[in-house]
Amino acid sequence: MAVTASRIAPAPAFDVERVRRDFPILERTVNGRPLVFLDSAASSQRPLPVLRAVEYYETHTHANVHRGVYALSQAATEAYEGARERVRRFINAHSTREIIFVRGTTEGINLVAQAYARPRLGPGDEILITGLEHHANIVPWQMVRDQTGCTLRVAPINRRGEVELDHFLSMLSPRTRLVAIAHVSNALGTILPVKRMIDAAHAQGAVVLVDGAQAIPHSVIDVRALGCDFYTFSSHKIYGPTGIGVLYGREELLAAMPPWQGGGDMILTVSFEKTTYNELPWKFEAGTPNISGAVGLAAAMDYVESLGREAIAAHEQRLLQHATRELERIPGIEIIGTAPHKAAVLSFTMEGVHPHDLGTILDAEGVAVRTGHHCAMPVMTFFEIPATARASFGCYNTEADVASLVAALGKAREVFA
Amino acid sequence: MDLKELYRDVILDHNKRPRNFGRIEASDSHADGHNPLCGDRLTVWLRLKDGRIEDVRFEGKGCAISTASASMMTEAVKGKDTAAVQSLYGRIHSLLTRQDAAPDESLGKLAALSGVREFPARVKCASLCWHTLNAALERSATTVSTE
Repeated sequence: MAVTASRIAPAPAFDVERVRRDFPILERTVNGRPLVFLDSAASSQRPLPVLRAVEYYETHTHANVHRGVYALSQAATEAYEGARERVRRFINAHSTREIIFVRGTTEGINLVAQAYARPRLGPGDEILITGLEHHANIVPWQMVRDQTGCTLRVAPINRRGEVELDHFLSMLSPRTRLVAIAHVSNALGTILPVKRMIDAAHAQGAVVLVDGAQAIPHSVIDVRALGCDFYTFSSHKIYGPTGIGVLYGREELLAAMPPWQGGGDMILTVSFEKTTYNELPWKFEAGTPNISGAVGLAAAMDYVESLGREAIAAHEQRLLQHATRELERIPGIEIIGTAPHKAAVLSFTMEGVHPHDLGTILDAEGVAVRTGHHCAMPVMTFFEIPATARASFGCYNTEADVASLVAALGKAREVFA
Repeated sequence: MDLKELYRDVILDHNKRPRNFGRIEASDSHADGHNPLCGDRLTVWLRLKDGRIEDVRFEGKGCAISTASASMMTEAVKGKDTAAVQSLYGRIHSLLTRQDAAPDESLGKLAALSGVREFPARVKCASLCWHTLNAALERSATTVSTE
């Protein structure tokens, strides 16, 4: 007897409609249409638990940190340092001394460039980056090159938007002092094989910084499993506030680095003759920090873990695959960045319609996508295009959002018929 | 916001079939323009005679608004002297940026750009060619920027 069991799809583990209710901004309309937000790779939206944590901090706890003996200052200090411990657990760092609060990924990279690379590198030394880096992981190294006389080398990418791994490996040598690589490409979505790249760089004695801005919202990051020396990311890409981010650095490296900004909080004693610097991590946090931002970031990490990082990643992967299939069916659409391993970023062009025009037409339909060079001009140059449109997905996006995107692209085709 | 106001037929036509597209080999002046926001780049070439624009051409890659604006500009400025070009650009600038700009019959086809003012992010697309033309007129061969 042949029995064909009709397979029932497993109940969705991820209730996206419930998730959407946590994000008040998704209820608004844009140009008379419900907002379809497909630009989380530029900046994600914030859920209520983050907004409430920041509000609670501002209405109940705020004072300056590490200063007063009074109750509020102590509470603020506990909130701020508690956030640091939250971050440590989130990325599995060994110690909170390795967690430096910065303004964002850009500042994290600049800190390493100026406090680690600049004092150590000179002529003959090499910094190795890749062809898909964001400007924030290019320009700080060009500055170090100009300051020290070292050489900046770039490992090429291929037509799928992947780093040519063999080529990258062949560029490593004892001259390579520092490797700075994206974990995930912001313009293309490519996930880089960072573990292999880190191991190979270490074998040559190089120190490795990973730009995790695009990876942090889409995957489980374990800095000790990766073995990277520095890892940096921004809070606002992972549903937290803007203006704060994290630089993780191995304690041994951070301890040997000079401070890069001077001021309050980063000192132990100051006289006009001599100043002794504070211990890690405060040595790198001159001035009053973004306390409420840290509180919001910690709440965002709680929120993400409450949904489950694997569950979010699986949801986004389903959406990415669905959206990729849908866009591939539209004549004239070319997907830029076709690596087999991608995060939920879909960059594309439409024949005969400039990405900037696409952006305007999609916006008129309530669909928010990024258009432009995505702060990765060398990537655009490689593909010989001025710009792309980029849809990126977060935990709150749905197949209905993809349908709205597809319909809006149809509208663009009509306008430019 | 009404897309038809922005993408009028005349604009779509000039985007599809830009007039005076290409370079002038024996030009008297040229300038490069760049809009870093969207990556639009264009070059305006001029041949001048007795203080007037005898021929003008442009080359570049850009969005529909940028391409159509450049195309219509080349048609409008041919035969004009610098003062007339400045005056025309002043009127175009009002058209692009002032919500209360009155219809200006003297602009002819260029009046089709009035829809741009509802889309502030796109004003630079329409004005890039004019900045570049000005630079070419000033015989400056350096890259101008809308930033």
